[in-house]
Amino acid sequence: MYQAIVFLPLLGAILAGAIALWGATKRFPGAEASDDHHAPAHVTHAAVSPRGAHSVIHETHHEPEEHEPPAEGSRAAEVITTAFLLIAMVLSWIAFWRVGFGHFDERIPLFSWIVSGDFKVEWALRIDTLTAVMLVVVTTVSALVHLYSIGYMHEDPYRPRFFGYLSFFTFAMLALVTSDNLAQLFFGWEGVGLASYLLIGFWYHKPEANAAAIKAFVVNRVGDFGFALGIFAVFMMTGAIDLDTVFAQAPTLAGKTINFFGWHADALTLICLLLFMGAMGKSAQFLLHTWLPDAMEGPTPVSALIHAATMVTAGVFMVARLSPLFELAPNAAAFVTLVGATTAFFAATVGLVQNDIKRIVAYSTCSQLGYMFVAMGVGAYSVGMFHLLTHAFFKALLFLGSGSVIMAMHHEQDIRKMGGLRHKIKFTYWCMVIGTLALTGFPLTAGYFSKDAIIEAAFSGKNVFAPYAFLMTVIAAGLTAFYSWRLIFKTFHGKPHDQHHYEAAHESPLVILIPLGVLAAGSILAGFPLKEFFAGHHVEEFFRDSLKQSAAVIDAMHHAPPLVVWLPTIMMAGGFLVAWYFYIRRPDIPVSLAREHGMLYRFLLNKWYFDEIYDFLLVRPTLWLGRLLWKGGDGFVIDGFGPDGVSARVLDVTRNVVRLQSGYLYHYAFAMLIGAAALITWFMFSGGAH
Amino acid sequence: MVSWPVLSLTTFLPLVGVLFIMALRSGDDEASKRNARWVALWTTLVTFAVSLVMVWRFDPGSPEFQFVEKVAWLGGYGTYHMGVDGISLPFVILTTALMPLCILASWRAIQTRVKEYMIAFLALEILMVGTFSALDLVLFYLFFEGGLIPMFLIIGVWGGPRRVYASFKFFLYTLLGSVLMLLAIMAMFGQAGTTDITVLLRHSFPRDMQPWLWIAFFASFAVKMPMWPVHTWLPDAHVEAPTAGSVILAAILLKMGGYGFLRFSLPMFPIASHDFAPFVFTLSVIAIIYTSLVALVQEDMKKLIAYSSVAHMGFVTMGIFAATTQGIAGGIFQMISHGIVSAALFLCVGVVYDRMHSREIAAYGGLVNRMPVYAAVFLLFTLANVGLPGTSGFVGEFLALLGTFKINAVVATFATFGVILSACYALWLYRKVIFGKLEKPVLAHITDMGWRESVVFAPLVVLTILFGVYPKPVLDMSAASVTALLDNYQRALGAAKSAALVK
Repeated sequence: MYQAIVFLPLLGAILAGAIALWGATKRFPGAEASDDHHAPAHVTHAAVSPRGAHSVIHETHHEPEEHEPPAEGSRAAEVITTAFLLIAMVLSWIAFWRVGFGHFDERIPLFSWIVSGDFKVEWALRIDTLTAVMLVVVTTVSALVHLYSIGYMHEDPYRPRFFGYLSFFTFAMLALVTSDNLAQLFFGWEGVGLASYLLIGFWYHKPEANAAAIKAFVVNRVGDFGFALGIFAVFMMTGAIDLDTVFAQAPTLAGKTINFFGWHADALTLICLLLFMGAMGKSAQFLLHTWLPDAMEGPTPVSALIHAATMVTAGVFMVARLSPLFELAPNAAAFVTLVGATTAFFAATVGLVQNDIKRIVAYSTCSQLGYMFVAMGVGAYSVGMFHLLTHAFFKALLFLGSGSVIMAMHHEQDIRKMGGLRHKIKFTYWCMVIGTLALTGFPLTAGYFSKDAIIEAAFSGKNVFAPYAFLMTVIAAGLTAFYSWRLIFKTFHGKPHDQHHYEAAHESPLVILIPLGVLAAGSILAGFPLKEFFAGHHVEEFFRDSLKQSAAVIDAMHHAPPLVVWLPTIMMAGGFLVAWYFYIRRPDIPVSLAREHGMLYRFLLNKWYFDEIYDFLLVRPTLWLGRLLWKGGDGFVIDGFGPDGVSARVLDVTRNVVRLQSGYLYHYAFAMLIGAAALITWFMFSGGAH
Repeated sequence: MVSWPVLSLTTFLPLVGVLFIMALRSGDDEASKRNARWVALWTTLVTFAVSLVMVWRFDPGSPEFQFVEKVAWLGGYGTYHMGVDGISLPFVILTTALMPLCILASWRAIQTRVKEYMIAFLALEILMVGTFSALDLVLFYLFFEGGLIPMFLIIGVWGGPRRVYASFKFFLYTLLGSVLMLLAIMAMFGQAGTTDITVLLRHSFPRDMQPWLWIAFFASFAVKMPMWPVHTWLPDAHVEAPTAGSVILAAILLKMGGYGFLRFSLPMFPIASHDFAPFVFTLSVIAIIYTSLVALVQEDMKKLIAYSSVAHMGFVTMGIFAATTQGIAGGIFQMISHGIVSAALFLCVGVVYDRMHSREIAAYGGLVNRMPVYAAVFLLFTLANVGLPGTSGFVGEFLALLGTFKINAVVATFATFGVILSACYALWLYRKVIFGKLEKPVLAHITDMGWRESVVFAPLVVLTILFGVYPKPVLDMSAASVTALLDNYQRALGAAKSAALVK
């Protein structure tokens, strides 16, 4: 069964990929027949003729290309991949039941991967509660996004490729969450990174999409740099990288050190910090977050699946998976808290002033991931996982809802040009409202239980940054409410700002509305029934060995004073009221505020100038250095004093003295002959001597 | 057990092809060109088939040399002594497997002096296989140095406009290395009284002699690898070489350096290897970071890939001199993987070069709009070059780094920077060439890969993924030999240490 869950999406991806390639070859047949005699003919031919009619690429409004015929087999690819995902989803829910409540953990070895001396890694599926939770999240959201994409990508000519990528992503993500060792985790980790790269750059004719795709991959690689070093360090200290052995060995590492750049670092702290660097990249945490907003260049279903519900939570999952290590490294855990809290606050501030509907939701994602890391940092792993689960529902809902808005507005994403849409697209409107209620933590919605639990955990947390985290998450709760309602009010309320688009706005088809409805139901219902299992009295019984969490954490949460319990709700209400006052009651206030505090406004609008700083500090110097080393290092120093200099001298010598004609080959063969002759002579003489 | 000399057969079968082609009617007409191509193709295919017999009969559990042949030669002064173990066999197979692909890749690209071209390639194959399987120093030297002549010809005759400069540079660098190696071989013979590699592997050279011998061999192998700072011949040679020449250069000739380190430097001069390891680490790390940075700003596709080769070879030298099981196994695997991946990348450049006759990155853009299959294939090899898990590029790099981290965490950390940089330059290249709109009018009618080209790429695609998911065949083949090599190395070091204590 678990094999089916993991490999059905892969099979779907392969089939869809094959269909895509097959369709593409039919569109552009290969070369061989025409260049039978001599290839150069092509160049002249092509150079004379003007651009062929069918190769003209049409300028488009914002998103898909509309005028090309759809690839052959589009429907087949859609049906195959979506059906496989639905099957995987059903199986995952069965698995969730069996593992979570039936306590039926498993480890399924597949086949060996890398074996070298004492280093042994095999492909295997590790199934425990933590995995089961992720299986449900990944397959459910993925199946819904597949279904949604049938409607959303309807006009796109390259649908088989799109569905192939989506299914490939799902496979990589499932490989990640079922991994039994760090190498397989890394495989899934980079696999989802690849899928993300391909999907962000899906519309490859858009330069911004290509740039965003590369940025996502490279920034993630910076994180993976730490992840890889973490794996090496784990192997050095424990002699293995499979989780069971590593966890069993971990307590013996206490007090050991690793000599790292002359710094005798505490082994466990260093290992956890390095591994966490990978999590920071994947989950877009402060300093490595810059790729996530840009990733919104990809199609909206991708943003929902990868950049909200699943892939970006891989970092959170990783920390939960490695909780036996982080529990032993309190300093690393404190650092996790610090980064999470900072991100929660920072991303929320940037979200306040953005105007692109998807970017607002993206910064919100970033901020919510920070919440999850706060929970991880203070040791409340199950609470963080709870928020991961509920967030997957409401954030996917918000993204898919935004997608529905964007479709209604004919690929317009700027909320300043929207307004009043609630009359036109009622269903989408109510779904977005539900998503916003859940996100801001309105009582009894899913987000209410999980987010408030994180704030309580931060309050009762023991590490040095816990008070800071408490403060930041409370402030961010207020900010979240403000920017979320700002989005709703500017998009759906007030007067339409672009009459032309408004008139044409229309509700989306059923394949889009069904996933929205399911996710809306999940956003309301996922909280209460699961509360006790993730943040209540049944945590230990539910998660068992898959998390290492001290029971005191949950107990302390339950003893938080009432003010702390109510504080997030108060902040939420405050944020709502301010947003209502600003955007419904007195729409002139935000405009004048922005004018009066121009500095602050631009600082936020430009996302704290991170892109500019990185460009100045990292990108330009790197390219400058590359050019310097190439022209200066290779060209001037090495070649100048090495071969070019020498050859110039040699040429002088040969020209003036030997006057051998041309033929460097001749020189070479000559030298070689002399060498061989010398060798043989030497043998003959010394051979006699011995 | 061995009823017929399968190793010599593999080595010298191409000679039959050479004779055949020589016997063909010379002339530049279509028929004689075609004959030369077909003879070369069949010769290399049969050679490959014969070499597979060795894979089948090879006993991976034994670290000893297998398929050994020994005949007196040069009137009793030399011996013809051949054999393979787990370290050399993968390279032999890599060579024989890539040759048919090279012939196919030259099918249309080469239109002048086809006969001579094919002869040069077949001769090259003999010499390359010979290098990897020679068990006598003199024989090794002859094969090793002799292999440069056909390569030199291939660049010099069928190369691009600056071929003379490139081949001269190639010549100067390698001459320096080989002279020193020759002296070292003489010194070794003087000291040990034999040139038999199997004997020399068990011989321990005096402690004060080892550094000199090590340096002399290092000079030759470092140029071949190539290691920084003696790498500058490589980008020029690649740029000027015809596609198949680049393939052989990157996939096999570079590996002779790494093979040499494993066959000579590490086992014969263990103390010197140990003492010089920090020096090699430094050069390797510089190579990885420096050449990756240089690759970032290249304007020529082949140059970019050439610089990336230097960076990848940095992982190999680092892994080998870390002298841990994972380091060496990673180094070997990285060489095999790089042989497949860089060969494929140069072939990818060849595909568009054959059509447009330009290697300028700026001359392309938006090829995915006309060449979807090519785009897919190029993507796979770009990712393998980046070292994505699931492709063969990952396994070698990962093992080499893993093995080095244990010995020297700082070196491994700096080397891991290469992982970030490789993503930058490889994806940048891919984006510039493949993605975007197809706006250049000359590209408007560019055609996708045809059947012949697909046949060339298919095995490389399969192997890249197969070895990424299931690298066991290669790792197992060399495991026993690597273990034996390391055991001897550690024993020699231990002996040296206790000797020092006694003093």
